[in-house]
Amino acid sequence: MTNLIKIAVRNLFRYKRRTLLTSSLIAFGVVLVIVFGGLAISFKTQMVGVITNTALGDLQIHRKGYVESIDNLPLNLSLSEAEYAVVESTLQAMPEIAAYSPRIKLGALISNYAQTSNIRLSAVRPELEQATVTDLVKRIRRMDPNQDHFLEPGEIIVPENLMKGLELTMGDEIVLIATNKDGSVNGIPVRVAGVIESVLGPMGKDGYIHFTDAMSLLRMEQPEIIEVAVKLKEFDELGRVYGALKQTFGSPQAVEEVHTWEQLSPFASIASIVDLLVIVVKFILISIVLVSILNIMTMSVYERVSEIGTIAAIGTPPRRILSMFLVEGFSMGLLSTAGGMLIGLGIIWLMNVTRIDFKFGPMEVSLAPSVPASEVILTVVIVMLVSLFASVQPAYKAAKLEPVDALGHV
Amino acid sequence: MSLIELQNVTKIYDTTGVSVEALKDITLSLDKHSFISFIGPSGSGKTTLLNLIGSLDKPTQGKVIVNGTDIAILDRAEAAAFRGSTIGFVFQNFNLIPVLTVYENVEYPLLMLKNIGVRDRRQRILTLLEQVGMIDQKDKYPNQISGGQKQRVAIARALVTSPKIVLADEPTANLDHATAFKVISIMHDMQKTFGTSFIFSTHDPKIVGEAELIYTLEDGVIVSQDNKQRRQS
Ligand SMILES: Nc1ncnc2c1ncn2[C@@H]1O[C@H](COP(=O)(O)OP(=O)(O)O)[C@@H](O)[C@H]1O
Ligand SMILES: [Mg+2]
Repeated sequence: MTNLIKIAVRNLFRYKRRTLLTSSLIAFGVVLVIVFGGLAISFKTQMVGVITNTALGDLQIHRKGYVESIDNLPLNLSLSEAEYAVVESTLQAMPEIAAYSPRIKLGALISNYAQTSNIRLSAVRPELEQATVTDLVKRIRRMDPNQDHFLEPGEIIVPENLMKGLELTMGDEIVLIATNKDGSVNGIPVRVAGVIESVLGPMGKDGYIHFTDAMSLLRMEQPEIIEVAVKLKEFDELGRVYGALKQTFGSPQAVEEVHTWEQLSPFASIASIVDLLVIVVKFILISIVLVSILNIMTMSVYERVSEIGTIAAIGTPPRRILSMFLVEGFSMGLLSTAGGMLIGLGIIWLMNVTRIDFKFGPMEVSLAPSVPASEVILTVVIVMLVSLFASVQPAYKAAKLEPVDALGHV
Repeated sequence: MSLIELQNVTKIYDTTGVSVEALKDITLSLDKHSFISFIGPSGSGKTTLLNLIGSLDKPTQGKVIVNGTDIAILDRAEAAAFRGSTIGFVFQNFNLIPVLTVYENVEYPLLMLKNIGVRDRRQRILTLLEQVGMIDQKDKYPNQISGGQKQRVAIARALVTSPKIVLADEPTANLDHATAFKVISIMHDMQKTFGTSFIFSTHDPKIVGEAELIYTLEDGVIVSQDNKQRRQS
C-alpha cells in the first residue's frame, strides 16, 4: 500500500503544472465551501439570535386564530386569566422552558400634542420580558441607564424612527390613545424613557409600555393576554418542545395555538434561502471535483498506456492496476482538500481577527464566521468520495487494457 | 518435458476485418538453460511468437505449454500471476517506469510477488545491479541514464523474480552496434550465471552470433534452425 501511494504521488508530481492547476481548482472549491458556509452559518445564527433573543422569543402562544389576523392586532382574540393560568401551568411543568412573558399587543395613536402618529405597542411585565428576550435591553437606550428594569409604569420606549419623526426627546410627556375591543376610546399620558433600535420582522418596530398601563389604556378589568413569548433553555430543543406543546394546545377543542419563531418571522425564509445557497455551493464543489479528477485521471491513463502495458506484462494483477489509479485520484483529492482546508480555515481565522460589521436592513450584524467541525469533516469526506468515484472509470479502463495492445501503443 | 512446447500453433489476427496469419502451424520445443534467438525480417511473426510464449496473447489454434502450463486456459489475473512468477520481459523501448529510480524499477516486480523479506530483497536487487554494472547508478531516474544502461536495468528487472524464462523482443533495436553487443553479452552472462533461459528476437543478423540456437522466421513459418556447435565446426 505504501508503495502504491509512493507511485501515485510521484506520478502526480510528474506533471507538476497540471497537477497544481487541478488541485488549485479543487482547493478553491473547498475554500469556497468552508468560507461561504462559515459566513452563512454565522450570519444565520446571528440573525436568528437577534430575532429570538430581542423580539419574538423562541415560541409564541396565542388564542386560536390570532396569527392569521396578526396584522390587525385584534384585541378580542385574547386569553382570559383562567385560560392563561392553564398555559402557565403547562409551561411550568416543562423542564425545557427557561422563561415566558405575557404580552398585550395593541395599535395606538401617539401624540406629542403637536403631531400624531400610529404606533404598535407591546405591553409587557419588564422582569418577565427581560428573562424571556434577554437581549432586548441591548437594543434599548434609556435616559437613565442604571435602572434594574428597562421599563417602569408610566413610561414608554419609543422606536427610533418615531423618535425622529415626532421630534421627541427623552423625558417628553406624550399621550397614547387607543380604542378597546368594545370600541370605546381612551388616552393615557406617558413619559418617553428610552429609544429602541429596529430589527427585522414583526415587533421589529414596536414600542414598549408597561402591562398595567396597557390595561388602563384599554380599560381592562382583568388581564387579557394577547401573546405569550416562550424561551427555551436549549434552542436546539425547539422542534421537540414545539411538538410537545402542539400536543397540548393543538387539539380541536383547545383555545390556544402555538407557533415557532420560524412561522412568525419573514427571516425564516431568508434563512432557508441561505441554507439552499450553501447546498448549491456544495454542489458546485462536487462538480468541480468530479470534472477535474475525471479529466486529470483520464489524461493520466491515456498518456501512460504503454507504461500500463509494461507493468501488466511483468505481472501486475489487473486489480492492482485498478487500485494504483484509484489511489492516484484519491491522493489528488486528499492533497487538494488538505490545502483548501488550511486556506479556508485561515481565511475564517483572519475574518475573526478583523471582524466584519455590516448592516442587514435596520440591524447591525458583526460576523464572526465559524465552521462547525462536522461541516469541515463532511466537506472533506465529500471531496474524498467524489475523487474516488471520479477515478473509478479511468482506473477501470487502465485495468482493462490488454498488455499486448498497450505495449504496441507508442 | 521441455520448458516450452508449441504444438501446431497458428495465430490469426482479425482486427481490421482483414485476417493476417502471423504464425502458421508452428511446432517447436525449447529446452531449459538455453540462449535462443529468433531472427527474421520485420513482420515475420517474431513478436507474435514471443507474446504467445509470454502468455500475453493466445493462439488461434494449437497449444502453447510453458513450464507445464497451458497458457490458453489462463484468465487475465492468472496470466498476470503466471508472468510474474515464470517470465521476465525485456522490451525494445526499455519500458522502465519513469517515476521510479533504477533501484526501485528493479524492486518493482518483487513488490508484486510480496513474499520476499526486505533484506533478501535488497540483497538480490543489489547483486543484480552489480552484475549488470549499474550499481553506481542505482539512485538515478530512467531519464538520467543512456539507452544501453536502461536496457541493463531492464535485464536486472527481468531477472529479479528468478524467472525460468526471459523474453526479449528486439532488445537491441534502439541501440547502436557496440552497445547492442554489450547488452547481448550481458544477457548471455546472466544466462550462464542464473541458468535462466533467454529468448530474444532480432531482425539484425549481425548480433545473433552469441546465440546457441537460432531460428529463422519468414512469413510465420520457421524456415531454418541453426546451432552454435554446427556453425563453429
Ligand atoms: N495486433 C495485430 N493486428 C493485426 N495484425 C497484426 C497484429 N500484430 C501483428 N500483426 C501482423 O502479424 C504479422 C506478424 O507481426 P509481428 O509478429 O509483429 O512480426 P515481427 O515482430 O516479426 O515484426 C505482421 O504481418 C503484422 O502486420
Ligand atoms: Mg516485432
